[in-house]
Amino acid sequence: MSILINKDSRVMVSGITGKEGTFHTERMMETGTNIVCGVTPGKGGIEHLGVPVYNSVKEAVENHEIDACGIFVPARFARAAVDEAVDAGVKFVVVITEGICPHDTLKFLSNARNKGARVLGPNTPGLLTPDESKIGVLATDLVEKGRVGVVSRSGTLTVEICYYLLKEGYGQSSIIGLGGDPVVGTSFTDVYKLFEEDPETDAVVIVGEIGGTMEEDLAEYIIKNGGKKPAVAFIAGQNAPGGKRMGHAGAIIEGGRGSADSKIEALTKAGVKVARVPWETGKFVKEILN
Amino acid sequence: MKLFEFEGKKIFKEKGIPVGDFIVIDDRAQGEEFAKNNLPLVVKAQVLSGGRGKAGGIKIAETIEDYRKYAGEIMGMEIKDLEVKKLLLEPKIQIDREIYAGFTIDRSKAKIVLMFSGSGGIDIEELAKTNPDAVVTLDIDILEGLNMSTATEVVGLAGFEGKEQEDLAEIVLKLYKVFTEYECQVAEINPLVITSDGEIVAADARIAIYEEAAFKHPEFIKEDDTYTALEKEAHKQDLGYVQMDGNIGVIGNGAGLNMATLDILTYFNGEPANFLEVSGRTYHKSEEAIKLVLSNPKVKVIFGNFFGCISRCDVIAEGLARAVENGVVKVPLVISMRGTGAKEGIETLKKAGLKEIYEDDIGAGRRAVEILKG
Repeated sequence: MSILINKDSRVMVSGITGKEGTFHTERMMETGTNIVCGVTPGKGGIEHLGVPVYNSVKEAVENHEIDACGIFVPARFARAAVDEAVDAGVKFVVVITEGICPHDTLKFLSNARNKGARVLGPNTPGLLTPDESKIGVLATDLVEKGRVGVVSRSGTLTVEICYYLLKEGYGQSSIIGLGGDPVVGTSFTDVYKLFEEDPETDAVVIVGEIGGTMEEDLAEYIIKNGGKKPAVAFIAGQNAPGGKRMGHAGAIIEGGRGSADSKIEALTKAGVKVARVPWETGKFVKEILN
Repeated sequence: MKLFEFEGKKIFKEKGIPVGDFIVIDDRAQGEEFAKNNLPLVVKAQVLSGGRGKAGGIKIAETIEDYRKYAGEIMGMEIKDLEVKKLLLEPKIQIDREIYAGFTIDRSKAKIVLMFSGSGGIDIEELAKTNPDAVVTLDIDILEGLNMSTATEVVGLAGFEGKEQEDLAEIVLKLYKVFTEYECQVAEINPLVITSDGEIVAADARIAIYEEAAFKHPEFIKEDDTYTALEKEAHKQDLGYVQMDGNIGVIGNGAGLNMATLDILTYFNGEPANFLEVSGRTYHKSEEAIKLVLSNPKVKVIFGNFFGCISRCDVIAEGLARAVENGVVKVPLVISMRGTGAKEGIETLKKAGLKEIYEDDIGAGRRAVEILKG
């Protein structure tokens, strides 16, 4: 078991024939992802990387059962691509694309809410169930199947945390990247709830960063509901200056809001052990599981 | 992309939000004629930093002598490190009541938020904290939009009725159009004034357009003075760089890992001089990146922290090695490298003569601070 995707998930790639789409589809296949088809408007009818390509998602769903879709199209086409997948009935859409205007994001998230679909991202490295399936761009070299769930707003920092978990002997059940944008479709709380119900996850590692209130929202959820799985957190940007975008569009302290201090305080109050540096996460997981 | 007040007011005017007469000048003499004919007059600094009033950037001139004095004082003054290069002049209005109206996005809810209050002219965040009942808020689904009856209801809840309620609701609706059509992060009128003659006037305009939509509005694109010279240079090279106060230069791949690198250095009692991210798009630019870090004269040591993912360590190492071989690197360079391409990358760095190479960032972070402290 795992959350959101496993080896049986049938995955479609939007933008499969593009440079990014091609490169990462190959990596996904190497990881074991069951890629069933791709979509690129105007390229329908060809075969690419051994799977059929369609002009539209509608055509794709007429020919395949699709559980999830990865979006690899440029920012200006992203809203149309997400809407198209959701409107065709795809229930899980992973938006890798960076640089989408948040107004476009609000629009496709609203459409997805109305149609009962889940969106991960945008600007997400995607998600990975080790040895089974991956949608997105996460590096797989230094991760291993295990029983710790990881959820993060970052890409590289996520694998850094997994690296330190592995040093303490902990592999991962699922690794979920939420995305570095100000507005994203799936939150820490959403993923934590999934991990709570996952029998193969013993503990959850939260990798947050400055900006927004997603970490505080999770703390509130845990305080209200108890929290079925123990959690450890690391918040990046404890020493970031205010008012500056720290690489991610969503990583900014605005008018004193979204600071690391506020997140650390809220999570600590909720009983989550918060690491000051990445390697402490591994040590803290060991402490809470022993 | 933040807009100046006068730019915001031009948009308001275009969308039918009343703003009153105003002119914008970049030289005191340009305003003489307008000032003479419009006394008493408000002289307002046009800067992108908040808190203009408190900093002395807004003055009321009763006479033309006042105008000359204030315009002279405000033009060129610095408000939160930003130089005032333009002034807005407008006739003083008789204020009967100050109102707040603003739209922004609630990141957690993924909704647009309308905030409206009968007590405007002050910091709305502060008011929402100290007296939440004084602020009416409404979450708006962007696909459903905002209609006149809902806007009227919100204005009513803030204590307005009759024609005033209707007029204010119309302005709220127009502000919503500005917010959505220009793809804003913020669109705010504070204060929205009811004059003693019963007229409604937007006395200020605060608009910020999302960076991702800025290209659609080239007329507002300008050099952002909130960035340092090095930050501007970095943007030209498509490198995410933020200057800080310390003396340990930082370079790394990925925004999250870079932020964590600042935290690691601070944990070992070091002080980072910058944030610099090479990304999946720019990881072949590590030579340029290291030059940029070294352009800050405060930098005494560099800590390069890399976890190869899409950005491969071998490619990053080639750039770093070039910088070392070209004699660019004149301070100690401590590197940690793991992940995709790390093995080859470490070989390349060793060949270039680098000694301080580590796998993980515990050892490397500690070492960078040690070297500095001697």
